[in-house]
Parts: sequence; structure tokens; C-alpha cells
Amino acid sequence: MKVLVAVKRVVDYNVKVRPKSDGSDVDLANVKMSINPFCEIAVEEAVRLAEKGIATEVIAVSVGAKQCQEQLRTALALGADRAILVETDESLEPLAIAKCLKAVCDAESPDLILMGKQAIDGDNNQTGQMLAALLDCSQATFASELSFDDGKATVIREVDGGLQTLELTLPTIVTSDLRLNEPRYASLPNIMKAKRKPLDVKTPDDLGVNITPRVTLLGVELPAERQAGIKVEDVAMLVDKLKNEAKVIS
Amino acid sequence: MSILVIAEHDNSSLKPATLNSVTAAQAIGGDIDILVIGSDCQAVAEQAAQVAGISKVLVADNAAYGHQLAENVAPLIAEVGATYSHVLGTATTTIKNILPRAAALMDVQAISEISAVVSADTFKRPIYAGNVIATVQSSDAIKVLTVRGTAFDAAPAEGGSASIEAVASAHNAGKSEFKGEEVAKSDRPELTAAKIVVSGGRGMGNGDNFSMIYSIADKLGAGVGASRAAVDAGFVPNDMQVGQTGKIVAPDLYVAVGISGAIQHLAGMKDSKVIVAINKDEEAPIFSVADYGLVADLFTALPELDAAL
Ligand SMILES: Cc1cc2nc3c(=O)[nH]c(=O)nc-3n(C[C@H](O)[C@H](O)[C@H](O)COP(=O)(O)OP(=O)(O)OC[C@H]3O[C@@H](n4cnc5c(N)ncnc54)[C@H](O)[C@@H]3O)c2cc1C
Ligand SMILES: Nc1ncnc2c1ncn2[C@@H]1O[C@H](COP(=O)(O)O)[C@@H](O)[C@H]1O
Repeated sequence: MKVLVAVKRVVDYNVKVRPKSDGSDVDLANVKMSINPFCEIAVEEAVRLAEKGIATEVIAVSVGAKQCQEQLRTALALGADRAILVETDESLEPLAIAKCLKAVCDAESPDLILMGKQAIDGDNNQTGQMLAALLDCSQATFASELSFDDGKATVIREVDGGLQTLELTLPTIVTSDLRLNEPRYASLPNIMKAKRKPLDVKTPDDLGVNITPRVTLLGVELPAERQAGIKVEDVAMLVDKLKNEAKVIS
Repeated sequence: MSILVIAEHDNSSLKPATLNSVTAAQAIGGDIDILVIGSDCQAVAEQAAQVAGISKVLVADNAAYGHQLAENVAPLIAEVGATYSHVLGTATTTIKNILPRAAALMDVQAISEISAVVSADTFKRPIYAGNVIATVQSSDAIKVLTVRGTAFDAAPAEGGSASIEAVASAHNAGKSEFKGEEVAKSDRPELTAAKIVVSGGRGMGNGDNFSMIYSIADKLGAGVGASRAAVDAGFVPNDMQVGQTGKIVAPDLYVAVGISGAIQHLAGMKDSKVIVAINKDEEAPIFSVADYGLVADLFTALPELDAAL
């Protein structure tokens, strides 16, 4: 089974981003960038499938600027076999990214496409679902367990009410939730080996994809600050405040 | 303007989450219809017709729609949505699963989790775990939007008398099959609708200790939430996770117990009206958003709190 994993380069999850002084966008100058945590989980899942002999090839794909090669190298160090960068400096939306990924899928014909459920920069939670629409294939978002049997995938999904189990015909798109697995760390030898693994670069033009944005960012602002609160001495004072000051309990 | 709101339901009752999208639709302005997609879901359509301010309820009642499988439901939304200016749904896991798929079929760039309507084509939405709020303008002919439930009040569930119309179109892709579900049963209020939420974190130590939280929650009529660390450690089920990548809540009172206050957790609860933090580490970041902070060991504070209520 051929597996394609989509990885996004994003601000590291520890960074608290701020608007630029002119409020036009967030300030990403000199900010630590990483592989999106949900994509890391997706890569781990793909590598485990390879280790179990289920996946025969794992291809990591990213769409974005030249620097995305760093995150693709990370995926290669974690165990992906080769990588493809769809390179562009334009700002990208989920639909345009899904279209680029669709073109790559058309060329590679993967049986399984693993993605993150959400990129922690834009918090869109869209790209997997959109790619599934464009490929007209099955989808299982928010996966916490994935298995294969009889040429079909079974996925347990984290939904608002609890857990849901779906059976999917291949090819299929699975987006990872936090509990799908715990990603490994890349070892130094594997980081060295990753440098020699193939990394192809294409452009949206090469793929015949129009990535013109549909949504314009007019500006960003800080959310309303919360007023600083107080420390209470003990439980009695807490209960008193909640009853008589905040009036949120009776 | 004509706006289509996708109903959230379980084939027998309309979920209150739908009503937040109705309010967002009213902020956009125009005729508002509700689309109920399901199986044996006439009762839901009748409830939707009662919602104040609705012109028409469309019902697509077909066995293939019973479990809201994205492969079947998305083409229907794309088809019905094509005649509207806006297609909206509240950002539940069901809607987040299907609406982007429908948007792609319509060749529309959807906008996720809007928190405010600026105009018919311009919206605000939190990004980067809510650290900043973006204002975005869509140039697509049809706007496909998910709505952050906590940002819009629920529209009145009663007072309307919309007409009900059947949609015959059936899509059955046959690409996926529902195999089962494990639904957490609880008599406590649903997290996103609760007026009070009490959440526990890694500091709770284990799942059994959550009984202290449940006891307090029951005295307060509260819903119970958790941090990712508490869910990952197996203390409580996944559907209790509050945060950037879990549920977003904004109750009148949020009590965080043994939770440090990582940005990903704050993203899911910092719009609560009153926040209480109980933590033994006075440096814990949760105190920076708490109206009332109690620096204490939770194993003494929780029994005391329980007794005081
Ligand atoms: C991609 C991604 C998505 C994430 N999404 C979410 C999300 O949606 N929701 C979420 O919550 N997190 C999320 N996280 C995780 C987040 O970064 C934190 O790791 C998590 O919130 C920490 O949980 P915690 O506060 O319970 O644990 P900790 O940070 O370990 O804090 C435990 C706290 O308990 C206190 N404590 C311990 N013992 C006691 C005691 N006896 N009495 C009183 N206090 C005590 C400690 O002082 C400490 O402050 C996400 C992370 C990533 C990378
Ligand atoms: N630029 C990108 N390149 C590759 N994959 C991406 C890109 N953007 C999003 N994805 C994939 O889509 C998932 C969801 O992203 P989003 O829809 O932006 O929340 C991510 O976890 C990735 O797997």
C-alpha cells in the first residue's frame, strides 16, 4: 500500500504569536517554525504502517515556501521514504493546498492519504475534507485508531459525543487527532540519512493548479484582554466571592 | 441575501448548537432556511420549523443520511446550497467533518469558526489558538462558514412557523460505512451548553480522583471538562477535552482544577464570564486569566469546596 502524508510548516506550538505593529498580519519574523503537531502524528502513523509491512512506500508532501524542505526533512528523518515540495511563496488557503495535493495524488495514486486534522496556525480544519471531495474518495477525520483488513480501512473517530467507528473503501483520507499515536523523536543517524533521501520540487504551475486566494486578510488584532483577577485566601472566601460578588452560584 | 443553516441533530431532536448559527445568520441578514439531513428525521424538521425567524425548513430524509457520512451528505449540501448566498453550520465535529467537503465541491474557500459578522462578506475569526483575531473578506460568490457556537447566542427555539419542504435528492456514495459508536452517557449538562463547567487536569492524578469533580459539578448543575493531559493519561474520555483542538466553552463560571493553563487550553475557555483556578503552583499561567485564584492543594481544596456547597 502506498501512503502519502501531507505535512505543513507552522509556528511552533510553544510560540505565542502577536500582530505586526501595523496590524496587517501576525509577526512571524524570527519565530521558531516546526512541523504541525497533527502532521507529525500523521507521519508517525505512516511510518508505523511501513514497519508493520502494511505500507510499501511513504511519501511526505508539503505545499509552501522553500523552507518547508526543513519539515519534509524531518518527515524523512522520522521514516518517510521520499518527499515532494510544491513550492510557492504565495499565501495559501486550504482549497488551493487541497488542489495542489490532488494533483500530486493524481500522479502518485496513493491508497492512503494521512493528514493532520488541523494546522495550529490558521486552525482551519478543512484541507483533508476538501482533498477528499476533490478526489471523490472516502474520509475519516479526527482519527484516534486506524487498522486495515480485507482491503478496507477501519477508523475510530473522536466526535463530540464520544467515539465513532467507520469502515472505508480505499483510497481514503484519514486525518489524525491527538490520540492516534505518540510520535517518536528522530535519531541522529536517521537525521543524517534523511539528507540523502529524494526530495522533488514542483510548482503549482507545473501541476496546473490555480492558487489565487479567495479570502483576503484585512487585518489581525489582539483579543480582548481579561482583567487581572485576585487571589483568594481559602475555599470559604472563594465560595463567598462566587455567591456574593460574581453571583454565579447560589 | 438567502442563508442556509445546516441543522445539527441526532435524527430525533434538533441540537441547540443549530440555534447559534441561526443567530449568526441573522447578523448577516436575509431569509434564513434550515436544512435537515438525516434518516427518519421528520421530528427534527418540525422542531426546526418552530425556531424563530426561519422561512423554510428543507428535509432530506433518506437512510443514506442517517449517520451524517460526509461522502453522502456533502454532495447534497453542495447541491442545495448552490441557490443560496451563505451556507452556515455551527462548528461541531459533525459540521467540521462535512462542510469543508461540501465547500470544495462548490469550489468555495470555506471560512472556519467565525466569531463575528462584520458584513455579508467580512467576518472575524480566531487564529493561532485564539492569540489573535483575524478579519477576513471572502470573494467567493457563495460564502460557506462554520460558526463558533460560544460567540453567538442561541436564537429562540420557539415562536416560528416555517413551512416544511422535502428534498428528494439522494446521494449514496457507498464509500464508507458506519460501524458503531461509543457514546458517553451522562446526566450532566452538555459541555458546550452548560452554564457552569468544572474541569480537571493532570493534577487530578488519576481517573478515580475525578469523582471529586463530579460531586462538585452535580451540586452546581455543571458540565465536566478536562485538559488534554487528563484525556491523554486516560483519566477521562476524549469528548471532555476543552481547548484549541477540543471543545470551545464559554460558560458563566469555569473552574479549572489542577490545570496549568497552556495556550491550547486557554483557547477553549478564556471567553468564560468568570474563571476560577485551583492550583498548588502560584506561578501557573492559568492564574493570569483567573478572576479568582486559589493557590492550594486540590486534594484538600476540593473536599472543602464540596462541603461548602
Ligand atoms: C497540537 C496540540 C494541541 C493541543 N490541544 C489541547 C487542547 O485542546 N486542550 C488542552 O487542554 N491542551 C491541549 N494541548 C496540550 C497543552 O499544550 C498542555 O500540554 C495541556 O493543556 C496541559 O494539561 P494540564 O494543564 O492538565 O497539565 P500540566 O501542564 O502538567 O499541569 C498540571 C497542573 O496541575 C497542578 N497540580 C498538580 N498537582 C496538584 C495538586 N495536588 N493540587 C493543585 N494543583 C496541582 C500543577 O501545578 C500544574 O499547574 C495541545 C497541545 C498540542 C501540541
Ligand atoms: N501547506 C500545506 N502543505 C501540506 N499539507 C498541508 C498544508 N496545509 C494543510 N495541510 C494538511 O492539512 C491538514 C489540516 O490543515 P488545515 O485545514 O489548514 O487545518 C494539515 O495537518 C496537513 O496535513
